[in-house]
Amino acid sequence: MGWINIYAAVFNADQPSIFDTTQKYGKQLLWIGGALVIIILIMFLDGRIYEKFSWPIFILVMLMLIGVLFLGKEIKGAKSWFALGSFSLQPSEFAKFATALAVAKLLSLPKFTMKKWSHRFITLAIIFTPALLIALQPDMGSVLVYSAFILVMYREGVPGYYIFFGLWLAALFVLSLLMEKIWLIAVLGGLTLIVIYALRKNKQAIFLSISVFALSIVFAFTVDYIFNNVLAPHQQSRFKVLLGMEEDLSGAGYNTHQSLIAIGSGGLSGKGFLRGTQTKYDFVPEQSTDYIFCTIGEEWGFLGTGAVVLLFIALLMRLVIIAERQKSNFARIYGYGVASILFIHIAINIAMVTGLAPVIGIPLPFFSYGGSSLWGFTILLFIFLRMDSYRWQIL
Amino acid sequence: MNRQYLFYFFFLAIGIIFLVRLFYIQVLDDRYKIAAENNATRKLQQYAPRGYIYDRNGKLLVANQIAYDLMVIPRQIKDLDTLAICRLFKLTKEDFEQRLEKAKQYSSYKPTLFFKMISQEHFAQIQEQLYKFQGFYPQKRLLRNYPYENAANVVGYIGEVTPDFIKTNREYQMGDLVGKAGIDKSYETILRGKAGVKYVMVDNHNRQKGAFLDQKYDTLAQPGSDLVSTLDIDLQAYGEYLMHGKRGSVVAIEPKTGEILALVSSPTYDPNLLVGRERSDNYNALYADSLNMPLFDRAILAEYPPGSPFKLVNALIGLQEGVITPQTSFTCQHGFHAGGLHVSCHCGGGSYALIQSISKSCNNYYCTVFKRIIEKYPTAHQGLDVWSNHVQSFGLGKFLNNDLPTGRKGLVPTSSYYDYRLGYTGWKALTVISLGIGQGEMLVTPIQLANLAAAIANRGYYFTPHMIKAIDGKAITDTNFIKPKYTTISPEHFDQVIEGMYQVFESGTARASRLDSITMCGKTGTAENPHGQDHSIFLAFAPKDDPKIAIAIIVENGYWGSRWAAPIASLMMEKHITGKVSRPALEQRMYEGVLYEEYKKQLIKKYGTDSLFIPNF
Repeated sequence: MGWINIYAAVFNADQPSIFDTTQKYGKQLLWIGGALVIIILIMFLDGRIYEKFSWPIFILVMLMLIGVLFLGKEIKGAKSWFALGSFSLQPSEFAKFATALAVAKLLSLPKFTMKKWSHRFITLAIIFTPALLIALQPDMGSVLVYSAFILVMYREGVPGYYIFFGLWLAALFVLSLLMEKIWLIAVLGGLTLIVIYALRKNKQAIFLSISVFALSIVFAFTVDYIFNNVLAPHQQSRFKVLLGMEEDLSGAGYNTHQSLIAIGSGGLSGKGFLRGTQTKYDFVPEQSTDYIFCTIGEEWGFLGTGAVVLLFIALLMRLVIIAERQKSNFARIYGYGVASILFIHIAINIAMVTGLAPVIGIPLPFFSYGGSSLWGFTILLFIFLRMDSYRWQIL
Repeated sequence: MNRQYLFYFFFLAIGIIFLVRLFYIQVLDDRYKIAAENNATRKLQQYAPRGYIYDRNGKLLVANQIAYDLMVIPRQIKDLDTLAICRLFKLTKEDFEQRLEKAKQYSSYKPTLFFKMISQEHFAQIQEQLYKFQGFYPQKRLLRNYPYENAANVVGYIGEVTPDFIKTNREYQMGDLVGKAGIDKSYETILRGKAGVKYVMVDNHNRQKGAFLDQKYDTLAQPGSDLVSTLDIDLQAYGEYLMHGKRGSVVAIEPKTGEILALVSSPTYDPNLLVGRERSDNYNALYADSLNMPLFDRAILAEYPPGSPFKLVNALIGLQEGVITPQTSFTCQHGFHAGGLHVSCHCGGGSYALIQSISKSCNNYYCTVFKRIIEKYPTAHQGLDVWSNHVQSFGLGKFLNNDLPTGRKGLVPTSSYYDYRLGYTGWKALTVISLGIGQGEMLVTPIQLANLAAAIANRGYYFTPHMIKAIDGKAITDTNFIKPKYTTISPEHFDQVIEGMYQVFESGTARASRLDSITMCGKTGTAENPHGQDHSIFLAFAPKDDPKIAIAIIVENGYWGSRWAAPIASLMMEKHITGKVSRPALEQRMYEGVLYEEYKKQLIKKYGTDSLFIPNF
């Protein structure tokens, strides 16, 4: 259970440094207290009930997601919150573990296999239901989280070239925005010729690469069209700034620029606890939530950020190791779900604040201010821990 | 399953990418650290008070006063009582809204100038009410203050730097004040001091959050150095008083040191007009007065033909060149006659030696002397250049290189000057004979004329006239000002000429201005002026054997030398030497004698009407 200590250490040591107002700090302490209660509850409950109740939990949370669309409080243009007095609850944070439970349950059903297209589609339907409901709020950052389940599906047998295909599309997307079309076609054509030459004995492969080539070009033009005609201007500019097509330090690029300044000014060892000028004086937006990593970067320097990254990677690897040693399929799949969800959050959030990805509002697990996300991640993680501690009793 | 290893690989790869990226932006790349400092700290200028300027007797001429600018940060305005603030600053509602709109257009977060230069008195009245207006705050500024309303042309004025000025003077910033005229301009670097810097932390809305690094990098403003001027403010004020209603200038110099005692340019203005809220209105009004030109420092910038006082120089050159002796006399037959040329003379006729030629100001004598000087040499070119060289040794025809921000060379013709204008063979001594009596192409400034008086008083040398005698309590060390400059005339030649100048007061053209108690020496002049009535000119020093003051006076269109310039010079010298004036009637006559009618005549001549005349001085 080494990584629990890691988790606890990170949890306790860094959490207070996040906040500059006592109000947020105090609130977060309450949430932490609540999280501890939840942990105890989860640990005391029978490990099997999660498997038993995964469908009811999933359906309950889906109902909350529907409910929030009608009863929710609108904050920053998104109806994501239930207001309960001075506290507010964000059901989309809880949808993550509920979906992970549901997917695990589904995939661990006897005779259910990822080799069948019909079963694949059922799985995708389960994943898309919460994603769609969250998209309606709208909260595109949280929607993106559900792509994590592609990793789970891959682990459970979906062939790798689907993932390769996804990556290929992503690369094409970026390239089609960055490069002149004529050059893109030339490069793709060149690649295709090399592939054809390499596989010249396999006629089927030649045919395949030519069709991939043709489809890629169609895709590139479609992306271009969608980007220029469908995306809202602020979404366009976020991509443009990221891709270096546009230099806009006070507009859309402001967030990323200020975030880089804050992290970059930390140096090797940082400015010291509570001595960050950039984050303390509000230059960095959303500094206690999505941009919390900046505070770490500025106040603790590269040593701090490096440690956090290493801890996260260790946590993820540890999760995979634990998942692999589960004896029940349900627990294993759920474990992968946990690892994948955390991974997507960590990867996108840190990539965003370090200027490697466009600005997508997504919290950093266990660091960002916000009770719902803290509780959501706590439940997500500790249910899996409970399962792990239970694994000896199975059989 | 092998697929789990792909997960490890994937996680590790992303982790390494992040570590590399973080290492790069946090450790390798410096530009974010610099950007962070610019982001969060603001450098605030701490203005240094400019140095004070005292007169030679320790009287304060130029001081500082505090004024306040009202700044506004539109974003911070809260619960504003518009009516009350309008009443406080005597603004109309429209005016108020216009100013606020302008400030908002500049920035909602940054402080913007809202109301300029609130005087200390006004500020004292409104200070306790200012707290009510959130978003507004006063900013201290140092302005000049002039305890005396005299010597505006000497003390000059300061003003905000222009963008062009900043381009060539990098140490200045927008909003800085800089000397624009007078001593404040020529001693800018000494008076200015050194602005201090205060670093404060600000947040993203530019709100101040406290000192940066415990004020470790803050520097205090260093006040500018104080100056002691050579000016005697009482004498200066007296000169301005006597020049009332007359255009012209009075320049008085202490011959033993070259210190300028008075530098009067008339008409003048109260230097306090160019301070504070009304500055630009007043400046524009003074600038627009193209007839009186109060901003034009006649004492150093106006060029006049020197007229008769220049005869003294010709007498000295004649003696030095040996073309006359003190006993040489010429008979005047109501003028100088040579061939077809005739220069008339008012000396009354008769045979004069040197002393009488000066006291009677005989034109014939000096035309003859000048002709002899030129014709001593094989060609008129050589003769004129020898003569010109002598003249220039008195500081005429070239810049004095004094410590005033501007000046004029005047004009002392050389052979090449006439070659250019008349051709090499186009002139000879007789062609340029009017140089002998200080007319023709000759031009001098009043300060050059006063310096000439000082050089004669010193019997052959002068100190470059200057305005400042001590900086920060220490006497000036500039050799340009403390080392004598010798003329090309031997000392022994001066006595006879000075005796002639003495006779000017005793029995000559200025006898009406003589005084029993002081031995005065002078020379009247009447400079012909193509634009109207002749200028009244006088050059003098006193006492004869121990000169304490040398003075030159020009009263434009003042008819002849003894009418205005000589009495004024006499009064000025008496005042300087004895400290009081024994001739109140003469004093009053000088003050009340105004030349408005002459100036109106010029207007009529030029425009056909005198309706433009402004007797505002």
